[in-house]
Amino acid sequence: MTTTDTGAVPATAPASPPTVGDPARGGAFGALAAENSDAPENSDIFENSVAFENSVAFETFEAAPPRAGRLARRLRSPLGIYTVPLALLILWQVASWRGWLSPSVSASPIEVGRAAVHLWQVGTPSTLGEDLRVSLLRALTGLLVGGAIGAAAATAAGLSRVGEQLFNGPVQILATVPFLALLPVMIMWFGIGDASKIALISISAGIPIYVNLFNAIRGVDARLVEMATAAGASRWRLITRVLLPGALPGALVGFRFALAYSVLGLVVAEQINADSGIGFMIGQAQSYNRIDEMFLGLVLYAILGLSADQIVRLLERLLLTWRPQGKGAAA
Amino acid sequence: MSTLTSSAADHILKPAAGPNVATVAAVPGTPPVRVRGVVRRFGDRTVLDGLDLDIAPSEFVILLGQSGSGKSTLLRLLGGLDLPDAGRVTVPRQRAIVFQADRLLPWQRVWRNVTIGTSGRDAKATALKVLDEVGLRDRADAWPRTLSGGEAQRVALARALVSDPHLVLLDEPFAALDALTRLRMHDLVRGLRAKHDAAMLLVTHDVDEAIVLADRVIVLRDGRIGAEFPVRLSVEERSHGTARDHLRARLLAELGLDVAKTAGH
Repeated sequence: MTTTDTGAVPATAPASPPTVGDPARGGAFGALAAENSDAPENSDIFENSVAFENSVAFETFEAAPPRAGRLARRLRSPLGIYTVPLALLILWQVASWRGWLSPSVSASPIEVGRAAVHLWQVGTPSTLGEDLRVSLLRALTGLLVGGAIGAAAATAAGLSRVGEQLFNGPVQILATVPFLALLPVMIMWFGIGDASKIALISISAGIPIYVNLFNAIRGVDARLVEMATAAGASRWRLITRVLLPGALPGALVGFRFALAYSVLGLVVAEQINADSGIGFMIGQAQSYNRIDEMFLGLVLYAILGLSADQIVRLLERLLLTWRPQGKGAAA
Repeated sequence: MSTLTSSAADHILKPAAGPNVATVAAVPGTPPVRVRGVVRRFGDRTVLDGLDLDIAPSEFVILLGQSGSGKSTLLRLLGGLDLPDAGRVTVPRQRAIVFQADRLLPWQRVWRNVTIGTSGRDAKATALKVLDEVGLRDRADAWPRTLSGGEAQRVALARALVSDPHLVLLDEPFAALDALTRLRMHDLVRGLRAKHDAAMLLVTHDVDEAIVLADRVIVLRDGRIGAEFPVRLSVEERSHGTARDHLRARLLAELGLDVAKTAGH
């Protein structure tokens, strides 16, 4: 974009400004210049306008170039947020090959992969498959039990003063106790079997769901509640159309934490008194000094955590269609 | 609502002692809005101080007043959103409020927003009918965030009208809209009022808006009605002419603005 009326600029005046942001403004000054060149004795207005254009920095905004298509973007950044983790993995492998990392402190990614294949193949049913199944079942059961109780209590507390007084205190106290410390109590109460592990996972998943859902319900815009009441909405209508949908984004944040904490609870629970599961596998590997299998356990936990994150992202995309979709979030 | 039938139930809002809200059958011929000796305090500031007000069936009352004169406070009392500290407010149970902000639920599609307060089977058909009246039938399935400010406020208007209210309370509903959209909204409100036959009370700062819409303009001062101006002008007379100019100057004077001085000519 350039000005077109600069032909009338007298020789004494500086050349047309290098950047011109606004065609209307540029045009106006150009017209002024043409007018004043006929009356040079009155040219100080023009001089001022040129001085104005030279002293003002301009910015030009134009339509952005067409965005690269989905495929092109995929090709440019095929792994999205996983690009850096993959690079680190390669670096780790290279470091192991070059001997920068001693085999006594870490296993290379390829060794970890081999351990996975080996453990998958030995035993009937497969040792690794069985450990995975047991761990997943524990985490899911705990998540379901804790999530259901946490969500029910949070809904009651969010919607009524009685519920708030009933549940908030105990949950606050429970939340301040590190749940590691609860494990011995759980074992005392529920035995060393799966029940104590599931109870621990339930608590660690239920608390973030409770806290986030309660705050989300209470955080729903009071003006919207007032509007619905004034419009004659019944209590049920208010809950189902205003309070709970309004609390959903906060509830999903709670769910995200709950997934992460249920994996955390799983790790803690399986470190003690387990005879199966990924935690048990890590413990066994430690006893037999199998660094590759220890790392395999860690990798499995990481995969579990990442899949949990992806599940929440998917849920957010499905349930929160009314929100403007955030731009630029990769993967 | 040309006459209030004896079957129409009213909502009485009284100060704290005893039951706060009572439902009574209205006597035929009573005005839809009766306010008697209403007091409202915020801390030691008395905003409304023994205010009386009647609004006739299908009357359009405009409430003017300086900032802090208690316009919105009165509207909230009439809407049953707050209770008076003393005195008594009687309003139809079938009433609706249009707020300054659209207050649409972002997570509900337009037509679901319109029917938030209604029950019944054909919710969508009902919604489409009122959305048609405000010219937004084709946006029924849109998300609120995709609406312009004027469209959102029209949805809010549709939400108010869907329940066939006897009284519609409007709290500066057009204040945030641009001048052109505001003029369109005035036309719309005038048309809807003719159609729905509801009493309306609109709070505004805008003297011109008051003249265009009002059957009666009320100016609040010192917690009571400071002045009342019945407006019996034709649509043309409301937009220009000496009668309009005279009324405008008097309203501005009531609001504490000396037109001769501030106009500068």
